[in-house]
Formats: sequence, C-alpha cells, structure tokens
Amino acid sequence: MAQMNMIEAIKDAMRVELRRDQNVLIFGEDVGHVGGVFRATEGLQAEFGENRVFDTPLAESAIGGLAVGLGTQGFRPIAEIQFVGFIYEALDQMFVQAARLRFRSGGRYNAPIVFRTPFGGGVKAAELHTDSLEGLAIQTPGIKVIVPSNPYDAKGLLISAIRDNDPVFFMEHLNLYRAFRDEVPEGEYTVPIGKANIVREGADVTIIAYGLMVHTAKKAADELAKEGINAEIIDLRTLMPLDIETIVESLKKTNRAIVVQEAQKTSGAAAEVIAQINEKAILHLEAPVLRVAGPDTVYPFAQIEDTWLPTPARIVKAAKQVLEF
Amino acid sequence: MSKGSLDAPAKPVNSLTHEVHSEDVAPLQVLSPEGEVINPDYMPDLTDEQLKEVMYRMVFTRAWDDRAINLGRQGRLGFYAPVSGQEGTMVGSEYALTKEDFVCPGYRDMPQIVWHGLPMYQAFLYSRGHQHGGQIPEGVNVLMPQIIIGAQILHATGIAMGFKLKGEKRVAITYTGDGGSSEGDFYEGLNYAGSFKLPVIYFVQNNGYAITTPFAKQTGAQSIAHKALAAGIRGLQIDGMDVLAVIYAVQQAAAIARDGGGATLIEALTYRFRPHSMSDDATKYRTKEEEQEWSLRDPLIRFGKFLEAKGLWSDEDTARVREEAKNAVNEHIKKAEQTEKMTVAGLIDSMFENTPAHLEEQKADFQ
Repeated sequence: MAQMNMIEAIKDAMRVELRRDQNVLIFGEDVGHVGGVFRATEGLQAEFGENRVFDTPLAESAIGGLAVGLGTQGFRPIAEIQFVGFIYEALDQMFVQAARLRFRSGGRYNAPIVFRTPFGGGVKAAELHTDSLEGLAIQTPGIKVIVPSNPYDAKGLLISAIRDNDPVFFMEHLNLYRAFRDEVPEGEYTVPIGKANIVREGADVTIIAYGLMVHTAKKAADELAKEGINAEIIDLRTLMPLDIETIVESLKKTNRAIVVQEAQKTSGAAAEVIAQINEKAILHLEAPVLRVAGPDTVYPFAQIEDTWLPTPARIVKAAKQVLEF
Repeated sequence: MSKGSLDAPAKPVNSLTHEVHSEDVAPLQVLSPEGEVINPDYMPDLTDEQLKEVMYRMVFTRAWDDRAINLGRQGRLGFYAPVSGQEGTMVGSEYALTKEDFVCPGYRDMPQIVWHGLPMYQAFLYSRGHQHGGQIPEGVNVLMPQIIIGAQILHATGIAMGFKLKGEKRVAITYTGDGGSSEGDFYEGLNYAGSFKLPVIYFVQNNGYAITTPFAKQTGAQSIAHKALAAGIRGLQIDGMDVLAVIYAVQQAAAIARDGGGATLIEALTYRFRPHSMSDDATKYRTKEEEQEWSLRDPLIRFGKFLEAKGLWSDEDTARVREEAKNAVNEHIKKAEQTEKMTVAGLIDSMFENTPAHLEEQKADFQ
C-alpha cells in the first residue's frame, strides 16, 4: 500500500476514475497544464489529454453551467472551484441548476457532477479563501455534501462522489492537504456516502466533528484522557445525508455530546446534528448538546484566525461542561 | 466518448453583411413588411411545402397563444408568458435546425420546444407546476423552460461542448431576451463559446422590454449583436418579424457551427404584442402608438402576404389551421388536467437517484 497525503489521495481518486470511465472530465481554473493551485490535478492533463482535463476561462458560474450541460450529455464532470468563497459566483448553477435538475425533469436528466473546492481556515490565506460554507449546501435540496478528514477517506469518498448520479459538493480542508500521510490502497475502492466513522472509541462523551475539526477533537480527547475522561469521536465524513444512526448509537453509550464545527455557530451542520439528536435520542441524554464553533462573524482571514477557530482547549471546556451538567 | 477536440483549428467563417464588425449594424431582412422579397441573396432554400409548413406553425402558434390567454384567465394554465408577435423568431429559429440539435429555452420559449418534439400537454403540465411537464421524452432534444434568466445560456454552452467532444455535428441553441443579455451568465457563456469555439447559437429575442424596462435602459451598447465582438464570436442582427430572415440566419449559424466555425450571437428585433405575463399590464409602460406601429410588422401578415402572392396561402388556410390549433389545445389541456396529481412522496423520491433515509422518513408526514 502507498503512503499518500490528502492531495495525493484526491489526485489518485481522479486518476482512477479518469482511467475507468472515459466520460469523466475535469475542468476549472488552472487545473490543466499546471494541475491546479494546489496541484490536485497535476499530471492528469499530460496523462489524459486536453479533452479530458482542461483549463476554463475565469468564470465560476460558467464552470457550473458547463458541468450541468455536459452532465445532460452523458459526461461526468469534476468541476473545481478554486477556493470556497468563489462558489458564491456559482451558487445558481450549483445549488439551483444542478441540484434541481432531477426534480425539474422528473428524472429525465440528472447532474452527475462533483464540485470540488478547498476550504477551511488556519493557513493564512486571503479573504474568502478559507470560509466554511457547507451550511449553505446542506440546506439546499438535491445536493450531497462530503467533507473528508484524511487521505484514505478522501480517495474513497471522492470515487463514490464521481460515481454518484447526483451532484456532490466535495469540500477539501486546506489544512489537511499536506498535513500527514496515510496508508492508501492503490486502484479502486470506495467509502460510502452517508456513513460516519467512529475514529476513537470512548464511553464518557461523544465528540462529533468533520474535516480538520476531527483532528482538533483528537487533540482535545488526548487532553481529556489525561484526566480520565474517555471521549468517543465521530467523524461525520458526509454532512448530507447525515448518518444520525451512528450518532444515536454512540449517545446510547455516552449520553453526552458536543458538536464541533469550524463554521459560524448559527444554523449549519452542528445545529442540524443537534436537531436530529433532539428528535431521535433525547431520552438518552444526560446533558444539553453543546456546539463548539466559530462565532457568528465574518471569517477573520489570517490575522486572528487561530484564536477564532475552535481549539482543543475550547473543546475540552465544552466536554467538561456537558460532563458536569 | 471523446472523439472531437476542444482545440480543433477554426475554419474560415462565412461572411454575412449583417455581421457586426463596427459600430453600424442594420438588421438582416428578406421580406419587406408588405411581403416583397427585398434581399433575394438571403432567401433560405425552402420548398413550397416547407414554406407552407412554416406558415402553418406560425398561425398555429398564434391561435395556441390566443387560447392559452383564455385558459390562463380561467386559472387552468398556471404561469404563462404570451408569445404573439414572436412567432417569426420562435418558429423560424427552431425550423432552421434538425431534431438532433438541442434547444435550451427560457420560460417564454414554449413554442420552440413543442415544435422540437415536446408533447403540448407536457408544456401545459410544466406551466401548471407538474413534474411530468419536465419529463422530456427520449429522443426529444430540449431542456425544460428556464426561470433563472440566463442560466440556460451556460447549459447550452456545456451541451455544445459535449457535441464537440463527441465529434458530433450537432448544434445547441439557447434563447433569452434583451434583459437576459445583461446577465453575467450571458457574457460568461459567450466568452466560453469563443474560447472553446463551440457549436452553439445564442438567440436573443429583443422584444424591446425586460418586463417593463425598455431596451434603451438595458445597455449602452450599440446593439446586443455587438456584444459578440468582445467574446470573439460571430454576431448579427436580424429582423425578427421576418421569419425568412430568421431561418436564413439560423441555418447559416448552424452550418458554420457544424463546420467547426464556432458560435453565433443572433439578435432578432421583435415585439411581444401582449403583456409580459398574465399579471402584467403593458399599457403602463408602452404607448398605443408604439404597439400600433409594431402590429404593422406582424410576422404572420408579412409572411402571409408573401405566400398569398405565390398562391401558397389563403384566409381559408388560416381559418382551418386556427381551428386545428384550437382543437389541439383543448385536447392537450384536457389531457394535462386529467394527469394524475403529483404526490409529496413522489416529489421526495425525485430529489435523488436513491432516496436517503432522512427523506424516506419525511414521507411519513404525508401519508
């Protein structure tokens, strides 16, 4: 098995699918010759040619619209939106045109599109490069939302997303691209969409997280362990559809939970998790479920992002709060 | 699937005098308002039977519009955007293409997709908000009417790219209005088509008003056709009340596109005789004089005179076709009304290929 970081695993997933299915296309800004600003597609144009992997003019709405049109003609586009904030330019095509196509045509057409975008803070990037906009997507009917936390999941989930016949918003945390290496199998394998993963077992409190926050939660769990508190960590992996079953099963054991997200606190993934816990597991709870999240402000790029983002200390504090309730 | 190439060398572009190259542009015409041939060079190559078919479709479409207005007033049609006055652009542009070509309509462009093959009752179902309206039959190459102004421009661009990648000699056509030509998606689409040299026709029906906003307030450009210059594609302006000019221009654009010559922006000057929609009052923003002036350019009258002079059409033909259209509309609205209503459960199942658990659960609230 090979050792890959997340960006290599993502590239490998695309290479596997470009080889397997000639209808798979990759396009976006700078993804061709150079291979994207993070080199996620480096070498793919050389291997598969300019008709499979190509640069587009700089226009995100058109990237989305091109994908929708190509999708109706049997292609399976992987459309890269260079940075997360640029999806605002493409929202109609992503969240209306792609997400509603199956509904609008009564199933006659569908949008087998993956919209890949880097997101997430802590890398001192420019404004609107590092926001967490998954909340907008999970409230949009008709589009799936995936946020991998490690190279193995990233490859398996991306292959699942490319093969999915509905649109997928695939969010890749910038701070995970080259953070560490994992054992990643060569060739094909899939990680199912809509299945969470218990990445650490524990009986005292459940920490629910996704993306980079899984790793922040692990650090917090290490701290908690020093005080004899055993935290269970659930990596959601997919935000839409949400694997509430795994969460409920964990709560039956721990009876306490916190949800960690980088995004602003109000609405969003954590709020949805808590709403569903309320509906399905309230009698298993010994304490309110708390959120550890960014404050409801604009994301403060670069300057104070490290204090703005959830830290292990804030997670430890919240865990203790629910334990001491 | 990839047989074509995105960087195929361009073939020389045929020359049209009404192509935009400078500030001055004059709309391409074949017929004078009196139905006389004033530009025989642009006469499309059509048999008498084909000429009669074009007239048949225009008369049919006018009668369908008349009937739809009544159905709308009776609350039987849902949202409806009237088309009278635009039969030349709608019927002519679709007629100029083959059934293999792909039509991406705006919401007013029902006639094009019906003449391209969508059963009329499905068009009515779409207006009534029924999903079956969008279930385009296999082999009918159209998208559903688009509500977001300009979004379809990008879909046509993508579809055209698909044709090019597959090496198919097919063309995509998309429609918008003068208002739509101000949208960002319009510029993005044209620019992509220029960059990738795609087989697509951007057909703008400039009817003078974006709901109530007059064209004079829409742009500082000399014409909409001029916007092609910046995108590096062909642009021309035509008289949209002259169906022969429409057919000629679209046939030319399609031939160039099939030949690898890339995209064309066609601005057709036209007029909607009726309000924007059933809830709009055109007297608030248009003068009687202006409406009167445009009614003299009625595409049915102009083309009718041309055909009458050739002995190909008569008032009796018009009456017969109108009756036929009325009966067809009645039959199709009945079929639409008799179509089983949608259900929330069915709606839920149409969101994804495989309904996820949370949506499956939500069905229970509606059973």
